Amino acid sequence: MALLEPYRVLDCTGELGWLTGRFLSDMGCDVVKIEPPGADLSAPAWRGSNAGKRLLSLDLTSKAGRETFLKMAATADFLIETAEPGSDLAKLFDIDSLRAANPKLIHVSVTPFGRTGPHAEWRASDLELMAAGGAMALAGEPDGIPLRVTAPQSPPWAASQAAVGAMVALTARNISGRGQHVDVSAQAAVLASIAHAPASWDLIDVNPKRAGAFMTGRSVHGANYRVFWPCKDGYLNFIIYGGVAGRRTNEGLCAWMRDAGADLGVLADIDWATFDSTQTTQEQVDEMEKPIGRFFMTVTKAEFLQQAFEREMLGYPVNNVADIAADPQLTERGFWADLPAPGGGTERHCGGMAMIDGERLVLDRPAPVTGQDTRAVLGEYGFADKEIDSLIKSGTAVAS
Amino acid sequence: MSALPQALKGLKVIEVGGYAAGPWIGKVLANYGATVIHIEARDRPDGFRLQYPPYRNGVKGINKSGCFSYFNDSKYDVTIDVKKPGGLELARRLADWADVLIENMRPGVIDRIGLGYEDLKKTNPDLVFMSTCNMGQTGPRAATGGFGSQLSALAGFCGLTGDAEGSPQLLYGPYIDFVAALVGAPLVLAALDRRARTGKGAFIDVAQYECGAFFLAGPLYDFHANGKVLERQTNSDPVACPHNAYPCQGDDEWIAASCWDDAEFGRMAETMGHPEWAGDARFKNADARRTNADALDAAIASWTRTQDVDHAVALLQGAKVHAYKVNTCADLFTDAQLTHRKNWRVRKHAEIDYQAHYFPGFDLSDQPGDVTAPAPLLGQDNEMVFREFLGLTEEEYKKLEENGVI
Repeated sequence: MALLEPYRVLDCTGELGWLTGRFLSDMGCDVVKIEPPGADLSAPAWRGSNAGKRLLSLDLTSKAGRETFLKMAATADFLIETAEPGSDLAKLFDIDSLRAANPKLIHVSVTPFGRTGPHAEWRASDLELMAAGGAMALAGEPDGIPLRVTAPQSPPWAASQAAVGAMVALTARNISGRGQHVDVSAQAAVLASIAHAPASWDLIDVNPKRAGAFMTGRSVHGANYRVFWPCKDGYLNFIIYGGVAGRRTNEGLCAWMRDAGADLGVLADIDWATFDSTQTTQEQVDEMEKPIGRFFMTVTKAEFLQQAFEREMLGYPVNNVADIAADPQLTERGFWADLPAPGGGTERHCGGMAMIDGERLVLDRPAPVTGQDTRAVLGEYGFADKEIDSLIKSGTAVAS
Repeated sequence: MSALPQALKGLKVIEVGGYAAGPWIGKVLANYGATVIHIEARDRPDGFRLQYPPYRNGVKGINKSGCFSYFNDSKYDVTIDVKKPGGLELARRLADWADVLIENMRPGVIDRIGLGYEDLKKTNPDLVFMSTCNMGQTGPRAATGGFGSQLSALAGFCGLTGDAEGSPQLLYGPYIDFVAALVGAPLVLAALDRRARTGKGAFIDVAQYECGAFFLAGPLYDFHANGKVLERQTNSDPVACPHNAYPCQGDDEWIAASCWDDAEFGRMAETMGHPEWAGDARFKNADARRTNADALDAAIASWTRTQDVDHAVALLQGAKVHAYKVNTCADLFTDAQLTHRKNWRVRKHAEIDYQAHYFPGFDLSDQPGDVTAPAPLLGQDNEMVFREFLGLTEEEYKKLEENGVI
């Protein structure tokens, strides 16, 4: 079932590129993650994003380590790296010389702003990248501080665009026989996250504001609709919509409230077939939302999820990671992969990224540990036992 | 321009469905040279055409939605009514012509139309068929339909945005649709690579909910391994402090800035004209700064408020401190780095006039992509696609027109 069985990937990435190799591994590539000897590979963020890869512990700051890397890059299909522009590592990953040694190499650089340009060498973490890509200006209360998502999002945005770029370059190589450089900017990648918001400024000179927790701009009278509702054990995402989908949802909710013996208030008298969410005033919306708010305080997130599904209502609970982990939809699709953990027991990862021909793509390696595959990888890349011994003896490489 | 053809030249893609999750995959492929045909029906056009602003000068119309056009540049557009005589047959001929079909309807809908994978592969056995939907094609809640803006709540993103004591926050638009498109696009190309080697087609089942999990892979691992449930915490970070957005001169102008070690904080303090902050016991290390985060943020804001945001960013970056302007949508069009990368490509649309289109976040050195055309008008390419691509005779084409199929 593997889609990309023949290909070998060298993965020299920091956080911005972790998922690129993970996706290539899911699709069947042999991905070798290169980490410096002594690197701490225990952080949940690292382990959660680097499953499926083999690990080579190699010191790329040493001459022997660099030579070893260059020999490997001469036969690899892909190099994915996140070296800071201008750094020593970026010099090792020199586009032209790697290419001269291996014209078939697909070289993917993932950096905050791209390898060139006025800000290429600027410092940026996830916070600055979410700001630079326009996402923070659109998240948070309209009169409050611009916000990022608490879990870093610019790395997966950058890494997933890098995976697309890598595959576009592979498709091109199948025709041309030649690899090329793929230059990924995390800032530019984050732009994909804000949908068509820029078009509003571009076409009608309206600069979109932070979205907050209410749906605005639906009613011609300026009424705002609540999106997030407190419930028994957290919050729900539910909106009083109009139209066909809104009708089914609103009727479903009223039926559920009746079944539960809840007070419908003004909802009892509304004909959802003719209800028009664009013509309401704020007072009317407030009156409609009162009984809904009272009712939602009596239901749990899990109950809402199930009832919304059964009654074909639009809306979802506001999940946290524990809720996602417990969701039978994911379990029954075989999404989670339980793999042997380094210290014994198992560790659970997101499984293969999709189902192909009815079967989930295989994830059969947990996140690796230091030195784990050093000997095997170097052997496969053509190093003799003696050379490997010498790299290990000098501390250039570490094998466990 | 490169002398080489575009990277995906010759790749033939058709799209059934609408909105963002499916069409955005097609847009990215089209930007690298694929021939992508967006299929609609005259009586059921893409939902984004119907009621999604912005509209230039406030004028609505089937070809005037700035939202539809933003997601569908560089494509062809045809109309087929599969319920009219000959309509389904025409759609199947197009599917036989295609290398890739992308659909994003509820599970089962495309099968009922008669364009399901099992039907199409009988005559096009090596077709790569991509289905993307909320929950995936299988599982107890497979039949769930819904909007990406709400699925982003189920997938954890809204709950991780905001103040721990306050409400979760919306992300702009259907956040997870774009996540899923970026997970889906490489799968399409990988399946084509396998096809080139083995002759096998593929049925790709992408669950947008699952795609979202990869964007929270670290927190999910932390929960499974350590039982830790990550909660929203405004802009704070477990390592860096300060780590926030601060108001600058002007209306709603902000700077994002962070310090990842004590030395960097020292440079920030120096830049802000307060070298004494570095020696202040409240700010001596990240733990102390976190304990006194309110005082720290107030001190930083007392400086940023007096500053022009661009000037403040330049000063801080000059001192090797993490900082960037909190770009609004308007700022994105003047950002020097995005301008350098040509991330906006302006194309003239027959009814919308000039519009800036997003170019993806990756550039290929030898075969750079482009926004090759503005978004198509509804059905504008019927004649070219059906006559030239499919080779219909003039008579056949006329009959389709007469029967109201196209």
